[in-house]
Amino acid sequence: MLIKIAKPGDLRESDVTPESVYLSRRRFMGGVIGLGAGLALAGRAQAAASDYQDVPAGNPPGWFGPKLENAEWDSVVPADRELDKLTPFEDATHYNNFYEFGTGKSDPARNAGSLKTQPWSVVIDGEVNNGGRFDLEDIAKPSRLQERIYRLRCVEAWSMVIPWLGIPLGDVIQRAEPTSKAKYVKFETLVAPEQMPGQDSSFALIDWPYTEGLRMDEAMHPLAILGLGMYGRELPNQNGAPFRLVVPWKYGFKSIKSIVRISLVEQQPVNSWQAIAPNEYGFYANVNPQVDHPRWSQATERRLPNSLFNPNIIDTRMFNGYADEVASLYQGMDLRKNF
Amino acid sequence: MAMPRYTLTLWRIMVFIAALAPLGWWSYQVAINAAGPEPGRYLLLNIGQGILWMLLLTLSLTPLTKLTRWKGFTLIRRQLGLWTLAYAVLHLFCYAVFILGLDLSRLGSEIVRRPYIIVGMLALAGLIVMGVTSNKWSMRKLGKRWKTLHKIVYLVLGLGLLHFLWVVRADLEQWSLYAAAGALLMILRIPPVARQLPKFRQLIKRPHRAHA
Repeated sequence: MLIKIAKPGDLRESDVTPESVYLSRRRFMGGVIGLGAGLALAGRAQAAASDYQDVPAGNPPGWFGPKLENAEWDSVVPADRELDKLTPFEDATHYNNFYEFGTGKSDPARNAGSLKTQPWSVVIDGEVNNGGRFDLEDIAKPSRLQERIYRLRCVEAWSMVIPWLGIPLGDVIQRAEPTSKAKYVKFETLVAPEQMPGQDSSFALIDWPYTEGLRMDEAMHPLAILGLGMYGRELPNQNGAPFRLVVPWKYGFKSIKSIVRISLVEQQPVNSWQAIAPNEYGFYANVNPQVDHPRWSQATERRLPNSLFNPNIIDTRMFNGYADEVASLYQGMDLRKNF
Repeated sequence: MAMPRYTLTLWRIMVFIAALAPLGWWSYQVAINAAGPEPGRYLLLNIGQGILWMLLLTLSLTPLTKLTRWKGFTLIRRQLGLWTLAYAVLHLFCYAVFILGLDLSRLGSEIVRRPYIIVGMLALAGLIVMGVTSNKWSMRKLGKRWKTLHKIVYLVLGLGLLHFLWVVRADLEQWSLYAAAGALLMILRIPPVARQLPKFRQLIKRPHRAHA
C-alpha cells in the first residue's frame, strides 16, 4: 500500500524538542486515512516488522523482545525520506569502521562473531550519586525503545541512513544523578583482545580502550541516544552490540560502540582519535562542510550505496542537517578552532 | 642459461596475463556486487596497493637476475615498469571519477592543498617520465643519461610509500610490510651487498652437488 501525503504533514526532525511527546508518522498517517488512533497504534508493531522483512533475525536477550513490542516506531524520521532513503541492512552491516575487529571495512562483519554480548554490564561512575555496575537490561528497562532514523556521516566523507532503536542518553544520565561537578561524559569500549582481534595487533595506533566524550549539554540533547538495535532488531555485533552511542550531528567516530563504561567527569576527556592525530580530529567533531579534514574536503559526501556510474555525491549539511536542533549548543564558539 | 626463444615469449605473455589478472578480479567483484557499497573506493584502494606490488616486483628484477643470472627477469622489466604506470594512472582515474565525481575544479584545488595528493602526483609524474622514455629510441637518444634518469624509480618508491603512510589511519601493519619489502630491495642494491648476490647463487647450487 502506497499512500502519498503532502510533505508538510510529515513529522520533521525540527519537531524534536525535549518536552515533546513524539508522534509517530504512521499514527499520523493512520489518522489521515480515517482510522482511530488506537487502531493505528495496534497496527504499528506489525507495520514496523514488515518494514524489515528481509532483515535476518538476531539472537536478542530475553528482555529485548518485550521492549521491541512496545517500541515507538518512526520517533524521529528525516524530513525528506526520498533523499534520505534507508541504507540496505546488508550494506549497513558489512561496511563498518570498528577497529577492534580490524581496520578493513569488511573486517568487523567477518570477525565480530567472537564478541560475547550476553550478559553485558556497564559501569556508571565518576561525578554521580547513583553509580555502580549495572546489567544492560536494568539500564534499558525504564526507558521506552524509540526508533530514530538518522543520517550517519563518517569523517571519511561517506554517509548512510540508519534506522536505530535506542533510548535517550539523557534518561540514563539523569537516573545516575550527576553532581554539580559533572561537566562531561566519557565513554569506553570493551577491552577484550581474545574477543577483539584488532586489539591484539601490535601495529594498532589506538591506545585501547577506545574512548569518546561529550559535553554535558550535548549528552543531554534529545537527539543523542544509546542505541540497542537497528532495522527492527537488536544491534549486530559489528555495529556495536549490545549498546552504543548515536550522536547524529557529529562524525561517526564519536558514536562509540560496545560501551562498558560511562563516566561523568569534570575535565574534558581526550577521545581516541584526537589522541592519535590532534590536528585531524577534535573533541567536538561536529559535521561541518566548511571545515575540511586536512587530507580531504568535508563539503560533500558519498551517500552509500553508490555505484561506478553514480558516485552519489551530495552536499554535506551543517551539523549533518540537524542545525535547527543543535546549533544553539555551539553559539559563540569558533567551530574552526573547536573542530 | 640458454632458453628457446618461444619459451621467453611465452614467459612474457604469462607475465602480461598475471599483471592484468588483478584488474580482472576486482572488476569481477564489482560486477557481482561483492565489492561492498562503495565499489569506486574499493577499486581505488586495491589498485593503489597494486601500484606498490608492481613497483616492488619491478625493483626485485635486478637482484633476482644477479641471484639467478636468468635472462627472463631482465626481459620483463620494461613491461612491469609500464604496468606500474598503468596502475598509477588507473588509481588517479578512480580518485577523480569516484571520489571527486569528476569535478575538475575540485581536482585542481585538492591537488594543491593536500600534501599526500601532491606526493602521489609527484610519484605519478616520475612514472610518466620513465614510461615515455622506456622505448628504444629514447634509450639511444639519452645514452648514458638514460640510466641516471631512470634512477628516479627509487624516488618514486619513497614518494609512493609516503603517500600510503599518510593515508593509513590507525594500523601500520600493512604499510610496514610494503616499507620493509622496499627497504630490503634497496639494501640489495648497496654495492657491497649487491656483490655478494652472485655468491649466493653458488651457495644455492652447491648443496645439490653434495647430495649427488
